[in-house]
Formats: sequence, structure tokens, C-alpha cells
Amino acid sequence: MQTTLAKKVTIMVGTFGFLVSVLLLALQPAWAADGGGFIILQSTTSTDNSGLLKAILPKFRDKSGIEVRVVAVGTGQAIKNSTNGDGDVLLVHAKASEEKFVAEGHGVARTDVMYNDFVIVGPDADPANLKGTADVIAALQKLAAAESLFASRGDNSGTHKAEMRLWKAAGIDVAKSSGAWYRATGSGMGATLNTSVGLGAYALTDRATWLSFKNKAGHKVLVEGNPRLFNQYGIILVNPEKHPGVKAKAGQAFIDWLTGADGQAAIAAFKVDGKQLFFPNAPKNN
Amino acid sequence: MPDLSSIFALAVGLVFSFDAELYAIIGLSLAVSLTAVFLGALFGIPLGAALASLSFPGRGALTAIINAFMGLPPVVVGLVVYLMLSRSGPLGVLGLLYTPTAMIIAQTLLVMPLIAALSRQTLVELNSEYDELFRSLRLTAWQRITALIWDGRYGLLTAALAGFGRAIAEVGAVMIVGGNIEHVTRVMTTTIALETSKGNLALALALGLVLITISILVNAALLSLNKTARRLAYA
Amino acid sequence: MLKRMDDGTSKETTSRSGDSLFPLEVSNIGLETVGQSLLRDVSFTLAAETKTVIIGPNGAGKSLLLRILNGLLQPTSGHFTWAGRTTDAAVRARQAMVFQRPVLLRRSTEANIHFVLNGLSLAERNTRTQALLEQAGLTSRAKTPARLLSGGEQQRLAIARALATDPGVLFLDEPCANLDPSATKEIEDLINATHASGTKIILVTHDLGQARRVGDDVVFLSAGRLVEQATVQDFFAHPKTALGRAFIRGEIVM
Repeated sequence: MQTTLAKKVTIMVGTFGFLVSVLLLALQPAWAADGGGFIILQSTTSTDNSGLLKAILPKFRDKSGIEVRVVAVGTGQAIKNSTNGDGDVLLVHAKASEEKFVAEGHGVARTDVMYNDFVIVGPDADPANLKGTADVIAALQKLAAAESLFASRGDNSGTHKAEMRLWKAAGIDVAKSSGAWYRATGSGMGATLNTSVGLGAYALTDRATWLSFKNKAGHKVLVEGNPRLFNQYGIILVNPEKHPGVKAKAGQAFIDWLTGADGQAAIAAFKVDGKQLFFPNAPKNN
Repeated sequence: MPDLSSIFALAVGLVFSFDAELYAIIGLSLAVSLTAVFLGALFGIPLGAALASLSFPGRGALTAIINAFMGLPPVVVGLVVYLMLSRSGPLGVLGLLYTPTAMIIAQTLLVMPLIAALSRQTLVELNSEYDELFRSLRLTAWQRITALIWDGRYGLLTAALAGFGRAIAEVGAVMIVGGNIEHVTRVMTTTIALETSKGNLALALALGLVLITISILVNAALLSLNKTARRLAYA
Repeated sequence: MLKRMDDGTSKETTSRSGDSLFPLEVSNIGLETVGQSLLRDVSFTLAAETKTVIIGPNGAGKSLLLRILNGLLQPTSGHFTWAGRTTDAAVRARQAMVFQRPVLLRRSTEANIHFVLNGLSLAERNTRTQALLEQAGLTSRAKTPARLLSGGEQQRLAIARALATDPGVLFLDEPCANLDPSATKEIEDLINATHASGTKIILVTHDLGQARRVGDDVVFLSAGRLVEQATVQDFFAHPKTALGRAFIRGEIVM
């Protein structure tokens, strides 16, 4: 039986299209927005990679029926995405940038949620002899004097901003040494830690990411416990007046939960290897 | 550093763990990339056939553009689609950002030029063979294109497979427009990137091994199907 | 676009419709490329009834002239008319071309014919295809991939396909150039049968034997110029020009 060319092409295209549709239908549950709805949380890799969000978000979903979809990027990127309205809630750690975000009208209000701290990690051999240096500023000055390799995020993230504040306080212009002993990776925390391990370089990281990081090789925490290393996380509802697509009600419900008794308790209960990684400190009246 | 045999063991273990989450990630990868290749081929193959067989003003320029776009960095495509789909972008009201649909759009744009350029290369030779006959028969542009596509269909599969290879392996575009959201837009490549950033290098490599295996299986399946069809056509 | 001429079931009943294309009047046709004159000032008139052979040595411009008449090439000077009309869509639809090396689609024998039968119902297409295959002696090869046919079969298929649209004029460009004598004979029989059913034949050949066997009248070209036009009998018996005499004696290298 002869068929026309057009029919043959239709059959060919149709068959392939059918196969694709079957595949898509099989995956339907994976991408259909469920009844309870969802919000997009623009957050940082530290909260996500450490496993914190994975541990606490199901508790919120069970209570509210709202699914929280996490986009985990650097603080700078998360703020930029939220400025474009591509998120309902912002959970990051760069207070000055967060306040600017709210002041410019992109966010409704900023609330403290929790904190942890930054640490300087480096090779066991410790060529700049930082171990035991309590003063982080002195440690950085030693590092610069020794011209030991240092891997920086270099991506405008919260950790990068904290690092730049520390260098400034130490009176060191790292831009001059960029490419020499100072290496700006321009990537996320995990990638930067991989680089520092590969290079035998020092790096500044938040403690949560470090503790859950699996490729430590010989690297160790060398500088910690200084008040300048305090790392505060804040949460902000993206302004629905600026971006009508923002799910303000569900987003606010999440913020209320996370800064309320249940959310704060959930943060405190999250541990990796028996160690608490984040310390809730939302204002009590919230 | 993880050694190769332990990575291989880990990869085998992953596949046979029948872990629902892993299978969902593999399924989403396949669904997104195959759909993108289907759409890319739907537009790319006729475009390639038109570039191969029709003369129209701007054909040379269009061919050059398509060839250049073959090597477009996925991140750039991802960024462009992000700006389109962002809530503050022109298509923001559709609410497609951070969905598999956005990933399909990005990958379609990524593979379409590749499929078009390779289709053009495949069909240019066939067209030079058929050209005088087609002109003598006064075929319309559409008749020409469909005849070339039909007669060159076995060669065109290679173009589609190259598109699939590019789609299934890229991470830059799907990361930006999908957001790597667990259970929603997390695919093989973004999982590998995530595990790498967590320092789980062995797991990342094992996942890479699984990805390559799937890619080989898809290629082998389509090529053998192709071979059978070709044999039947010449039977 | 191809247009069907009739219901296509019976070739004989649709014959002689080709008359309306003739006489073909060719006036001062020239074809030039950069610094080279391929055809110069070619003029002649062809009637509908005959089988015309265009002969001449290599490089005479025979195939170029055929392509111009079929509309595949545009002449750079001169013009030609079909029964007073310039070549329009209706004229084009009445023409068909067979090339020296048959251009066959990568499909079965019958699908090659099917391909050109646009605008017919499926049943009509099938009936017409079977009739053409039978005419070309290819019925038993219907399902064979066209590229697996022998050289002679391939050329017969190309002719059958050209006849599918029931053309008023059939152009053939050295159709037997690569064939052995028995295959050549089959092609010539098919050409004669096509002519008998009413289609004007314009055949380019460098084979003088074929020109004598098939042709009724001769257009003799050399170096892009028309040298002689005569009946086959007159041309071979009493060539009027020195070039013609030399060509017949085989003194001009092909």
C-alpha cells in the first residue's frame, strides 16, 4: 500500500511526538504545581548544601500545605534574581545589601533569622602559620605577608562581601595580588573549596558549608571564633507591589513560621555529625 | 581522591538501588532533552533543508549565523531565556521561570541551530544531486524540502542525535532557567554540579558515568532503529 | 507545480494534446558566461510531429540548448516561443526532462513515479503508476529500491517518471550514454512508443547510429552555433556543410 509523503512525514513526527508525550505524562507529578501551591525561595548555597532547608522545609509544608522551592545561588545572585521579581522570599546573609534591597523597595521588610560563623580553612601544613591566631585581621595580614595562596569566591556573594570587609579592615588591597597569591574563582562556595583543596590554598567559608563539605582532603579550620566572623542570615518578602506575581500571602506565612517558635526550634534542631550549624536569633516579638 | 573502580562500583550501585529520586531525575533529564530535541528538529530540520536547497536573499548570512550559533555557550542561552521569562521580563506573566518548560525552551534554542546546521550539511549533497530534477519538475519550495527531508532521513538522525548529546550534557542553561530545584527542575547535570559543589566528587563522577551510559543507550537504541528501518526500506 | 493532464488511466486517450506547444520557434538564442560564448545566435523551428535529434561534437552546446528549452537555464540573448507563447506555467507543465545520468530518488521504483503524481487521488495514483511501470517493463521491479536497478532499468524508470505527467514534449539528454546496446535498444523502443502516443521527442545524442535510428530531423550544432538543420535522411545522405560532412565521417573528435 502506498502512502503519500506528507502522510509518512506526519506518521514519523507523530510517533516521536507521542513517545515524548508519554514520557512527559509519566513525569507529570514531578512538575505539576500541587494543590497547596508553592513559593520560590531565593537562597544561598550554604543553607541548601548543608542540608538545613531539606531538613526544615517539610515541617513547614506539613503544617501549611505550601511547598517551598529553593533556588540556591550566591547572595549577590539571589538578590539580583529577587530584584527581577523571580522569587517570593529571599533568605541570604549580607545585611548591608539586604537593607539596601528593602530600602530600594524591592523587599517589604528584613528580619533576622539565624546566624552561624565564618572560618578560615587551609592546608594542614599551614605555610602562613595561621593556626591558633585568634585575631582574624592579624591572620589575614600574616597570610598576605607570606603571600600564601588564597582562594576567594569573587562572586559578590555574602561570603565574598564578608571577606572583602575583612581585607579592608586588615588594610590589604587584594586586587593588586589577584592572579598571584590571591585567586578569585568567581564561583560558588563548594567550587571555591574544591579549588582551595586542589591548590593547597586558604579560603574563607561559612562553617555550615565546611562541615557538610565532603572533599576536605587535608584541609582544616585554622582561624575561628572571632566576633568579626559572625555571619547573620536575614529573611525578606519580595515586594508584591513592585512585582504583582509575588505570592505574598504564602511567602509571609513562611517567614512567620521560620521566625516563629516552630521554625526557630527546627533550625536549632538541625545537626550535622552531632554539631549544630545554625543558631536561631529571630526577634522574639515576631 | 576517589579511584576509578570505586566510582564505577558506586555508579552501578546507584543504578541498581532503584532509588526513586534518582530515577525521577534521570526521567526529567530525558523528558526535557528529548522534548527539546523534538522541537529543535521540528524547526531545525526544515530550516536546514531550506538553507540547503532554496535560494533566497540572506541565505548566506543566515547560514553563517546558524553555524556560529552551533557553538553558543549554554549559559548565554540560559541568560537570554531567563531575561525573557523573568517576572520583570516580557514573558514574565506566563510564570514559566524555574519550571521544566523553561528548561525545554532554553534547550530547544540551544539545539535548534546545531540541528539546522548539521541538517544543512547533510542535505546539501543530496540537494545537489536532486537539484536539476526538482527544477525540471517545477517543485514548490515545500515539496522540495519535504522530499529532501524524507530521502535524507537516515542521515538527519545523526543531526538529531548530536542535538540530543548537546542537550543532555549541558548544565549552564538549565541551571539558570530551571534553578536546580529539588523534585521540580533538578536534572542529571545540575545534580552533578551540586554534588561537586558539596565535595561529593565520587558521587558526582558516578552520576556522570550514569549520564554517559544513558546517553550511549539512547544513541544505540535510535541508531539500531535507524539501521533496521533503512534495511527494511531497501529490502 | 505539476498538473495532471487527464484522469491518467489511459495514455492513448490523452495523446496529441502536445500539438498546442508547437511549432517551437527559436530566435537568435545566445548564452554567455564570463568571457565565453557558449551558444551564439541559434535559430530554428521545430514541428510537433517529428522526433528531433540534436547532434554535434562535445562542447557544441547541445545539453545547454536543451536546458534552455526546458527552462533550467536562462539564455543571455534571444527568445523562443511555443506556438507563439513564451514559456509560462502552462507550457512548463507540459514539459518533461530525462537526464544523462538518471536522477532517482532514494525510494522504491514505484515511489519514484508516485512522487510526481500530485493532485490525484491515491487510487488514481496507484493505477497510473502501475500503467507506467508496465509501459517501461518495470512491473516486476516495482518494490525494488530505484538505486538497485540496472543502468538500463534506471533510465527506463526516469523516462516512465517523466511521462507520468503526460508531457507534450519530452527532452532527453544523452539517455543512452552509459548503456550497452541491448539496454539502448529498450530505451529507443520506449522513446518510439512515447512518440507514437503523441509526445514530441527532442533528443540530444552524440551517437550517430542512434540519431539515424530514432531521429526524423536533425539539429546539428558545433561550437555553440547552429550549423545545419535537415531531415535525418538529407543530413546523412547529403550534408550541406563541410562541418557536417566531417562530423558524419567521424573526423570531428567527440
